[in-house]
Amino acid sequence: MISDPDVLGLLYLVAIVCFVLALRFLSSPKHARRGNWLGGIGMLVAIATTLAIEGISNWGLIVVAAFIGSVVGIVGARKVKMTAMPQMVALFNGVGGGAAALVALAEFHELDGVLTSDEGLSIALSALIGSVSFSGSLVAFAKLQELVSGRPIVFPAQNVLNLLVVAGAAALGVAIVAGLEAQWAIVALIVLALAFGVMFVLPIGGADMPVVIALLNAFTGLAASATGFVLDSTVLIVAGMLVGASGTLLTMLMAKAMNRSIANVLFGAFGQVQVGAGQVRADDGRTVRATTPDDVAVQLSFARKVVVVPGYGMAVAQAQHDVRQLADLLEAKGIDVKYAIHPVAGRMPGHMNVLLAEANVPYTQLSEMDEINSEFPQTDVALVIGANDVTNPAARSDTSSPIYGMPILDVDKAASIIVMKRSMNPGFAGIDNELYLDPKTTMLFGDAKESVLKLVTAVKNA
Amino acid sequence: MTELSFVVELTILVLAAFLGFEVISKVPTMLHTPLMSGTNFIHGIVIVGAIIILGFADDTFTKAVGFVAMVLATANVVGGWFVTDRMLEMFKRRPEPRKDDGA
Repeated sequence: MISDPDVLGLLYLVAIVCFVLALRFLSSPKHARRGNWLGGIGMLVAIATTLAIEGISNWGLIVVAAFIGSVVGIVGARKVKMTAMPQMVALFNGVGGGAAALVALAEFHELDGVLTSDEGLSIALSALIGSVSFSGSLVAFAKLQELVSGRPIVFPAQNVLNLLVVAGAAALGVAIVAGLEAQWAIVALIVLALAFGVMFVLPIGGADMPVVIALLNAFTGLAASATGFVLDSTVLIVAGMLVGASGTLLTMLMAKAMNRSIANVLFGAFGQVQVGAGQVRADDGRTVRATTPDDVAVQLSFARKVVVVPGYGMAVAQAQHDVRQLADLLEAKGIDVKYAIHPVAGRMPGHMNVLLAEANVPYTQLSEMDEINSEFPQTDVALVIGANDVTNPAARSDTSSPIYGMPILDVDKAASIIVMKRSMNPGFAGIDNELYLDPKTTMLFGDAKESVLKLVTAVKNA
Repeated sequence: MTELSFVVELTILVLAAFLGFEVISKVPTMLHTPLMSGTNFIHGIVIVGAIIILGFADDTFTKAVGFVAMVLATANVVGGWFVTDRMLEMFKRRPEPRKDDGA
């Protein structure tokens, strides 16, 4: 049993060092897994240390709760498909935030609301941020899982209502800091924060989900950190803040990749403004040209350099394994094959890299946007598989387009472009794509997986 | 638990923020999804808070709240770790395609 606070603090310091090293090891894919193991050791040290604190009881409850949580966690982690990773991350954000809010609630109750002002501040913040993260993450999960529409959901007077809820929550927070001891205050604060979390994510469109998930990640980290202030726990403060910093950084990176301010993502209700904007003009004589797998196979076989541009459509069709097979065939013919990865390809930061890694594509073949854009003019064939908005030249030229200014992959600079697409439906952002009318572009319609399989056969025969 | 002064805690927080930005900015784009699930795992550290609440709870309300917090936090820790490990294993498993080993 540990009763000496110094021993406790030192053991927590070991955990902190493990967490920092875990993140450091993530700077290279070679050491990343070792880093995660180190993080795991840090967590075990922190948990074991806490369990050994003098006076801990209720062992039965602790063991049962840990058992239930572990089963849920392991089953979830094992079963989840790599395409569903954004939902999974959203869910874990949510449960973490929920736990932080509950810890704040329980602590308020334990102290009967009699708090110093800084305790009050920490408890109010932990309850507030944790609850927003919990309900916001659940809505993000529902959107990504397509339980509710991925489109922005807006209703009249939304901003006024949001403002009222935030003002109410802030007033309660201030009251708690000022010494309000009533139990209902913290409960009401949590209820308002939960409502705000829902209302804050609902109006955000599916295409902006990478930003939202990163932001919720930061929220949960900050909530954990605030909980550390409540319980005077250094490990919670530091570990929570590391996550807060990471989430904040990723949020900024994602917003930058879409050339939008974070405020615009959160309050802009993307996808609402496309009436008349960025529509493909079908009346100017240009039409979409369809092609066949055999033609594409010939085109590919005679190319020197092929750049594959994978998008979420490829992932949904689970075509990444077949795409790799196709790439291997082309490489065997001496053709240079690369993958161009847009920073917001997929549904969360770095999502496409994980999907391709799952298909055993060596990460050395994956090129980031800045790197590959200079290579498109020397590319013979750009093969766009289920990607849409990130290839739309309107982002460069059409000031009326909702995605104007977003950095894109310059596939239109390749000598020829093949777009594999299920149908002419617009992409996730709901915007039409000029690229499809480019005279250099041909379209291969159909399910991505089937099309790629046909290509594989055709290339083998070519 | 020892009482730490608010200012000391705030100092630790701010330093951790700078450290976090420094370390995270070195993570390549390629690993951003594992980074998110890895940090997901790390914020599971609220389990420490959940254990303290549940372990010292003596009335039914606190026990109930602590119990739920403990379930959520454990799911966070365990799930977050396993999913990150699963992902990173895919990055490590790298069948070097017959490239001349010149380098």
